[in-house]
Order: sequence, then C-alpha cells, then structure tokens
Amino acid sequence: MRLFSENLTCVRGGREIFSGLSLDVQGGECLLLLGPNGAGKTSLLRMLAGYLKPASGTIRLEDGGEETGEDITVGEACHFVGHLNGVKSQFTVRENLAFWACFLSGEKNGESDAAVIEKALGAFALSSLCDIPAGYLSAGQKRRLCLARLLVAARPLWLLDEPTVSLDKKSQVLLANAVNAHVAGGGMAVAATHLELGIENAQTLELGGRGGRQ
Amino acid sequence: MSGFKSLVARDIRLALREGGAIGTALGFYLIVIAILPLGLGPDLNLLARIAPGVLWVALLLSALLSLDRIFLNDFEDGSLEVMIIGPLPLELIVAAKSIAHWITTGVPLALIAPVLGLLLNLDINAFGVLVLTMLVGTLGVSFIGAIGAALTLGLGRGGLLLSLIILPLYVPILIFGVGSVMAVIVGPSSFTASFMILCAISLAAIVLAPWAAGAALRMKFQ
Repeated sequence: MRLFSENLTCVRGGREIFSGLSLDVQGGECLLLLGPNGAGKTSLLRMLAGYLKPASGTIRLEDGGEETGEDITVGEACHFVGHLNGVKSQFTVRENLAFWACFLSGEKNGESDAAVIEKALGAFALSSLCDIPAGYLSAGQKRRLCLARLLVAARPLWLLDEPTVSLDKKSQVLLANAVNAHVAGGGMAVAATHLELGIENAQTLELGGRGGRQ
Repeated sequence: MSGFKSLVARDIRLALREGGAIGTALGFYLIVIAILPLGLGPDLNLLARIAPGVLWVALLLSALLSLDRIFLNDFEDGSLEVMIIGPLPLELIVAAKSIAHWITTGVPLALIAPVLGLLLNLDINAFGVLVLTMLVGTLGVSFIGAIGAALTLGLGRGGLLLSLIILPLYVPILIFGVGSVMAVIVGPSSFTASFMILCAISLAAIVLAPWAAGAALRMKFQ
C-alpha cells in the first residue's frame, strides 16, 4: 500500500491555501502534518479522505504496484477522525462502538465483532465505562471513544485531524501506542497535530506560507 | 447489507430513546385535529366531509416538523461525516435513514389517524382505507422529505426553507391520498385509480429521492 499525491492545490473560498504539495506515504510509515492555524492541515486531510476535490493535482492509493484507479477517493480505505467525535450521547459506549464495527466492516473479518470491540475498549481504557451512556462522558473520554473507532474496523490508512484534542497525558500515550501498532503492522497514518505525539520515526510535512514540501 | 440494516436499526433506536422525536410529530397531529372541531363548531356533517382532507394536511405538517431530524443530529455530531466515506453507498445511507424516519414517524402517524378520525366524525368504513393510504403515502413523504432535509442541512434555521422546498412536492401525495379516501366515502370515482397513482408516487420517490438527497449531501461536504 502506498498513498501518493502530486502537485496538490487547495482553494477554499477563492483563496489558495497551498499549492504544489506532494506527499508519498508507504505502508508502515506515519506522516505528521505541522503548521500554524490556517495552514491547510485539515483541508489536506479532508482532500485525502475525498471530501474535498483538489483544485489541481492527483491523489492515488496504490495497492502493491497495481493502481486501483484514476483519481480514486481514498475514502473506503481510510479512517477519518475529524474535529467532531461522531459519538451518540443516547447510546452507551459499547453500543456506539458496536454500531461502527457493524457499519464500517462491510464483510466479517476473522475475529467476532464482540471480541474486536472489547479489544478496542481496552486499548483506549474505556472498559470500565462501557455501559455508561456516552452523554455522561467527559470531553476527553468522548474523544477516546471516537478514537476507539479506529480499531473496530481494519483500514490501511488513518487520517487523524488533531487527534489529541482534550486528551490527557495518559490517553495521548494510548493513542501513540495505537498508531505505533497500526504503523508497525504495515498501516499508514497521516496526522495533523500541534503536540509531540510520541510516534516512532515519523516523517513530518511542514505546511504554511506558500507551497509546503516534504 | 449488514451496514444498511444496522443503520436502520440504529436510527430507530435513537428515535425511541430520544422520545421527543416521535412525540413531537404525534403531539402536533393530535393537537391540530383536537382543536379543529372547537374552531369549526359541532356540525357533524361538515366535519365528516372535510375529515379526510384535514387528516391528510395535518399529517403532512406533522411529518414536516420531524424532517430535519433525518440528517441533522448525525451532521452535527460528525457521524454523517464518517458514514459517507464508509463502505455503504451514500444513496443507501439516505434510503436507510428515510426508512427509519418512515418507521418512527410515518407509521405512528398513520396508525393514530383513525383515532383522530373519530374526533372528526369520519365515516367508519373509511378507517381501513385511511390507514392503508397513509402508510403508503408517508413512505413517499419520508423519502421526498430526505431531499429537503439534505438540501437545508446545516443552514441553521432552515425550517421555513425546508417547508417551501418540500410542501409543493407533497401536493400530489395529498391529492391522491385524499382522493382515494374520498372515493370510498362518497364515490363516484374509483378508489383503485387514485390508490395506484399514490403507490406510484411513493415508489418513484423511493427510487429517485436517494440520488437527489445523496447529491445534496455530497455538495454539503465539499
């Protein structure tokens, strides 16, 4: 797997955010997007996920040398964690995850859904909260529940937009562990962040001003 | 298909837990029909004559109240954003959410209509037909409504705009819904003809509305 994009230009509201941006992420690599507010980190991630059309340039996901198509959206191969958590306050923590597990994993994988959910709950230290309605969770706990979604369905690419928002130090370590495990297993991750995530040998891409380059 | 089913089941469970979601539409329907005889006076013949039309108009307005619920909550908390890049095509997401809306709003409204019909002295022979036409008609109401809900998503106070866009599209459902009930009560036109056209409208809405609403949602996330 390889995420590859060339000469991306992003125009929002008639204003050019960045141009001539190229990036290349191989399986087993993590790319951190750095840059000041308004540099286009979120726009780039939304572009990679397929929400935004690039004004110019191409985004491709190559699968072992064989191209999956021309200008495909990476959507189905990625997890996108944006500013919003996608957590239903009427559902318990476990019900929230169970829905995403069922919805996101179109076909069944080897492990049963329940086991996958338990594992994801454990990975983000949510096991003790699993029967509490998500509406009662704190902001950081909701964020952890949102991040646990990453683990309930297998996706080769993780797109994380400010994943550490409202997480405490311990939870940031949990997140770093999850990303490290994902990358070590041959996955790819692209994360926009202002904080040191603690991700091993990550590359960085500095956005800001005109034309970021790797 | 498991994604489709789980989405329908989730939306129904959410609506049940919210309570207010179903309650608002049902409560509005009940209130409108209950105060109408008070305003018109106790002329039973008049009430019986206008009952089918009034029941249908009030049903459409009640359904309208709940339309923004189809996408708004999921849009605001970010669930919709995750769904639209998921494995389920956007058109099927719209269809699943419309079906859930029909089950949680259209079906309860249609089932309570005969009870409210009693308040309006509706001919007792028409009760079965009323429920049947409303069950069919509300399916179209939910699917067409999804277009409006998608178009006005995230506009803030989009309620008026939603009504302006959607109510004209409900006119055929209203005409043929009332027409088929009236055919049973007073004749002489045929019930089958009106009912078939009503079915056709709902079927067309089921097929076409998900594409339109899907396109509107794609635009929203640009």
